[in-house]
Amino acid sequence: MKFAIQVNEGPYNHEASVSALNFVRAAVDAGHEIFRVFFYHDGVNNGTRYTTPPQDDINIVKAWSELAEKHNMDLVVCVAAAQRRGIVDEGEQERNGKDGNNIAPGFRISGLGQLVEAGIQSDRLVVFGD
Amino acid sequence: MSDIKKFMYVNRTAPYGTIYAWESLEVVLIGAAFEQDVSVAFVDDGVFQLAKGQNTTELGIKNFSPTYAALGDYDVNKIYVEKESLEARGLTIDDLMDLKYEDEDDDWAEKDSIHVVTAAELADILEQQEVVFSF
Repeated sequence: MKFAIQVNEGPYNHEASVSALNFVRAAVDAGHEIFRVFFYHDGVNNGTRYTTPPQDDINIVKAWSELAEKHNMDLVVCVAAAQRRGIVDEGEQERNGKDGNNIAPGFRISGLGQLVEAGIQSDRLVVFGD
Repeated sequence: MSDIKKFMYVNRTAPYGTIYAWESLEVVLIGAAFEQDVSVAFVDDGVFQLAKGQNTTELGIKNFSPTYAALGDYDVNKIYVEKESLEARGLTIDDLMDLKYEDEDDDWAEKDSIHVVTAAELADILEQQEVVFSF
């Protein structure tokens, strides 16, 4: 089955992100396809490489990045939500005149159309959040 | 895109206090360009999103409620409001914005977009959906 995943919450404030990670891993292990993971609302905070949790805690951002690399997974951060919350890639840095960027490896910033397209293209859309 | 799916956006939160309502509306507006079979539901505190006369001046944040009036122009005209949620909050349809659309299949007659439905009716409508976004 082809899944689209939507993550609506930040990585440490809410369990949604870790639940999504666990779901995605289990789905891949079971032979399913993840069409795309779309990060929306505070979920965009999953995509900053500046996240530095204590060493005895899970590094959720890194876990997403590793998952993306291992399975060539499409991790998309919503541009409108990202701009509000200061998640920046090189393109956004240039467009908005910022002095740096913080997007984590394996993530890309794109539009809400990517979420709608994921809903259209996938067999199931699974939303993680309140 | 050839295949048209039944999309429903379920709004459960009050318009202010969190950003879910506003960012949900942004998805609905962007999604309209994909020409899917779209409906929008308002339940729980989400019914407050459609309350008329919203004024956020003293909150100091943007009042986005006028945007709902544009939904009809985006062919988003199936708006379901759960009756029980309205009643639990002392609201009736008269407390909601008067959202209309022009029906191109009926000589552009102006029609109501909002339908008040019971929880049981809404459950049936939800059952028919292929893609459900919840905010």
